[in-house]
Amino acid sequence: MNMAIRVYLLLFLALSYSYTAFSLYEDQVGLMDWHQQYIGKVKHAVFHTQKAARKRVVVSTEENVVSSLDLRHGEIFWRHVLAPSDVIDQIDIALGKYVITLSSGGSILRAWNLPDGQMVWESTLPGPKASKPLLLVPVNFKIDRESVMFVHGNGFIHAISSINGEVIWKTELASEGINIQQLIYTDGSDTISAVGFVGTHRFGAYILHVKNGELLNYKSMEFPSGFSGDLSLVTDDTAVAIDSIGTSLVTIQFHDGLFSFHQTRLSDLIQDFQRAAVISQSNIPGAFILGTANSITLIKVLSRGELKVVEELGHATAVSDALFLPGGQQAFALVQHRDGKILLTVKLDSDDGLSNLLEETIHLDNQRGKVQKVFINTYVRVDRSNGFRVLIVMEDDSLFLLQQGEIVWSREDGLASIVDVKPAELPVEKDGVSVAKVENNLFEWLKGHLLKLKGTLMIATPDDVAAIQKMRLQSSGKSKMTQDRNGFRKLLIVLTRAGKLFALHTGDGRIVWSRLLMTLRKSETCQSPRGISLHQWQDPHHHALNQNPSVLIVGRCGDSLGSTGVLSIVDSYTGEERNRMEHVHSIAHIIPLSFTDSAEQRLHLLLDANRRAHLYPRTAEALDIFQRELGNIYWYSAETDEGILRGRSVQKNCVLEEADNFCFDSRDLWSIVFPSESEKIAATATRSLNEVVHTQAKVTAEQEVMYKYVSKNMLFLATVTPKAVGPIGSVTVDESSLIAYLIDTVTGRILHRVTHHGSVGPVHAVFSENWVVYHYFNLRAHRYEMSVIEIYDQARAENKDVLKLVLGTHNLTSPITAYSRPEVSTKSQSYFFAHSLKAMAVTLTAKGITSKQVLLGTIGDQVLALDKRFLDPRRTVNPTQAEKEEGIIPLTDSLPIIPQSYVTHALKVEGLRGIVTVPAKLESTTLVFTYGADLFFTQLAPSKTYDSLTEDFSYALLLITIGALVIAIFVTWVWSEKKELQEKWR
Amino acid sequence: MDKGKAVMGSGRRWAVEFTDNSTSHSSRNIPDPPGFTRVSQEQDDSATSKQKKDAEANWKAQKAWEVAQAPVKNLFMMGFMMWMAGSTVHLFSIGITISALLQPINALRGVGKVFEPYKDNRVDLMLPKLVFIALNLVGLGLGVWKLNTLGLLPTHVSDWVSSLPPAQEVEYSGGGIPLV
Repeated sequence: MNMAIRVYLLLFLALSYSYTAFSLYEDQVGLMDWHQQYIGKVKHAVFHTQKAARKRVVVSTEENVVSSLDLRHGEIFWRHVLAPSDVIDQIDIALGKYVITLSSGGSILRAWNLPDGQMVWESTLPGPKASKPLLLVPVNFKIDRESVMFVHGNGFIHAISSINGEVIWKTELASEGINIQQLIYTDGSDTISAVGFVGTHRFGAYILHVKNGELLNYKSMEFPSGFSGDLSLVTDDTAVAIDSIGTSLVTIQFHDGLFSFHQTRLSDLIQDFQRAAVISQSNIPGAFILGTANSITLIKVLSRGELKVVEELGHATAVSDALFLPGGQQAFALVQHRDGKILLTVKLDSDDGLSNLLEETIHLDNQRGKVQKVFINTYVRVDRSNGFRVLIVMEDDSLFLLQQGEIVWSREDGLASIVDVKPAELPVEKDGVSVAKVENNLFEWLKGHLLKLKGTLMIATPDDVAAIQKMRLQSSGKSKMTQDRNGFRKLLIVLTRAGKLFALHTGDGRIVWSRLLMTLRKSETCQSPRGISLHQWQDPHHHALNQNPSVLIVGRCGDSLGSTGVLSIVDSYTGEERNRMEHVHSIAHIIPLSFTDSAEQRLHLLLDANRRAHLYPRTAEALDIFQRELGNIYWYSAETDEGILRGRSVQKNCVLEEADNFCFDSRDLWSIVFPSESEKIAATATRSLNEVVHTQAKVTAEQEVMYKYVSKNMLFLATVTPKAVGPIGSVTVDESSLIAYLIDTVTGRILHRVTHHGSVGPVHAVFSENWVVYHYFNLRAHRYEMSVIEIYDQARAENKDVLKLVLGTHNLTSPITAYSRPEVSTKSQSYFFAHSLKAMAVTLTAKGITSKQVLLGTIGDQVLALDKRFLDPRRTVNPTQAEKEEGIIPLTDSLPIIPQSYVTHALKVEGLRGIVTVPAKLESTTLVFTYGADLFFTQLAPSKTYDSLTEDFSYALLLITIGALVIAIFVTWVWSEKKELQEKWR
Repeated sequence: MDKGKAVMGSGRRWAVEFTDNSTSHSSRNIPDPPGFTRVSQEQDDSATSKQKKDAEANWKAQKAWEVAQAPVKNLFMMGFMMWMAGSTVHLFSIGITISALLQPINALRGVGKVFEPYKDNRVDLMLPKLVFIALNLVGLGLGVWKLNTLGLLPTHVSDWVSSLPPAQEVEYSGGGIPLV
């Protein structure tokens, strides 16, 4: 009977393997998926608040997004994500209708239509060498009745028409090795000047004719003390800089080709000055802001270059640019932190001195960190006085609009820069649900199902249809804070680049909790902290159930491999930091081991740059478990720079000055050296740690058995010709090749090696069960290609004795060691594929029975699900009947792209960077989370939901049918009784 | 109805025999009427009853053989149906195969009952019974063969290893490209 069920199941699977792909009906959008749009940390903001139009603010961000936001609600009007290589340098608004972006180090200038974000024109401004990109958009300046803007970049200064982006004139400035820092144009003048440093001890200025770009004058002058840092422009003919030793300020005045330097010692200006003064980038005409370690000061520049401290601004953290008010005054905003609140001050800078125009305190939640940037804008109030609105960027990259002492809107734009994602379970549902609630639910439930029934029977009115759709979208079940039986409700713990941890609910994508990690915040001891990865630290399943699960956050102070690491452990339910370790050893690898201690804390091995292994958690119990398994723990390191793959074993305790029981030395076991002139490591892939494989055998249609070579210690490694690492076109067909390896990382044995001649990277790969799928570019065919390698164990193929298998006397499930000589055979096949990829992943399910899909993050920022059946090396041009029955698709040269199999349907995940799959408890279903600048989450069922009823299954109809049948049974029973009685009396 | 019978059968307390027990010895003291010879009648009587009984036994034996050979017809029918059903697994072929299996099994279980009416001291039912069993076993075999042709018998290696979990590995290795 068991057999029959199995056969039926197989048959069912085979049937469900029909050619129809996974797809979605229009009304199912938003049922299981959600999509969130973000822009990232704001770098520049330009307000556009003209009376007639809708008020908006145009921003550019660190995620390379240029976007127009609604100033009223903070929603995105439009948004463009530029390529990562095309970094936005400056933005501005020209003619009141074009957003101008300068990007790629001053090489590309684009104009976007302000209302709808359509690109109006684009100009490329090439040049011989890189230089500081500068954009200057004069308000009222025209050449031949054409509005003009000035761009400096790549050693050239360009005058560009605002209307169509045509270059009106261009002049090379870089000839003397000058490093241009500022462009100066005074309204109404005939000249434009470009000032900068020549070397470190010389100040230079070019003066050009504004109409034709003719070089009128160039002068430079030596300043013996030298300069350091950037030049900060104070007025049109005055600039300030700090001298090369950082002890004095230099005021530079340039008037009609005459230079004068004026040096002021910093200690004269500021009383307890120590060191490290920085001129803030805030642009306040006639003055500048000097920041030192403990205070910031507003300093005015007097007529002859003398400096005067106007006001010490205390511990302000951010100052905005100046804003011109009608009447010749200017105002700027500064933001300070006080008692966990934010103090916003708007200062009025007039001839009479500095006065406070506005002072407001705003309460922000304490997980935001410090204010990073302030942008100010003014509006006219009803009583004709000036009101101010302020846009602030916080340390966690969130964006706030403040107006009249209140938060108008906020955006969590930190979520645009996710570093790592880990799923976490929700708490189990507790007993004690009140009866009233149940009854209410029951009534609601019945009502809902009656509505659905109406829908099925096509008697629903349009209102009913709308109600049904609304009910489906807002089903209260999906956003509950407890586990569900199917395992669809989970938390996604997300680490962002700003060092903030978020817990997102999979039901609707809302933020359950968030925490700015202290360990990943900038401090004196940790100058540039960076989160690296997240790991499941504790996940109570069997015992220690009273403990909440937790995650381990690994970070590093600094960008080099040798910088010290930081670790924190955060509770997954509440977001509280349970433990933190700062300034631990450097971190090169993190290896989660397969052992857990009695509290179900997973053992982790952290390897430092000196190849020492450090065990966590640092408890005696963990040490005990680890010592027992010490001989069987290995690690490997793919050193891409040297082209070496090294395998090592963990040995006894390290010899250090202070004894550390949790530190272990390691020993070189093997190494694979790739020839540096022909191979460079391009990509590696291993199996996901939590992948479950259901069976080791693969049964073909002819009842043949192939044993999969399933090993967690297998590594896929691809090397390419070193020359081919550059962009496509940097290498010829004949001299490029891509070599794929399958390597056992315990013994260093190369199990399989295959060369693809004429192929280059970038290589993307996924490894699952016994197969690996990789994507690369074929130069010969001028197309992208995908290859699959499946690896089978030949040594096991001998197990053909049915009796042995029946009696269980085989050794197929006994533990195996990598040192027993494996006999493997591989099958592989290659196919053309139309898209280039950004990311690749594979679906994971709870038991590993469901067939797999490969998820491809395409260059168009969408996710495409491709059945593994298309990537089956057993495909042939003419499969036999039996093979067809098994579900083998006839071989074609390219992989089909079925429009319905786009997981993201009509949406785009802008700036896609990663795809994460999480198994649900329901075997058929897997949860997919895709991140980039946007977030997208959905559920996938690669073999359809064969183990559950569909969403729109009508329970009401089923109940009614059952009820009717029961009534029918009763009625007929009564009838038959009566009839029988009559029969007897006859 | 059955209940009434049982009462009448077992609850009998007294009875009057109205039948003429003329052949019994209790009425031997009464002389036979003239012209009546008891002996000849008795002989004649016994001869005819013996004849009758022989006929009945023959008839029973014949019937028993008929019953024993009945499955042959069934076999042919079954065979034909199976041929019609084809060798792919679907509802019809599964139904046919199950009935082909159940029928002989049920028949074998009721072997005693089938030959009950033909039980007689003078009839040897052993052989028909054996034939009956043998034929049913052939039918059963046919069903099993059909099951096998449908691929529903676990006779292949694949049937036993298809859910075999992968073997555990002794060693554990991790690592990758250093995190930069």
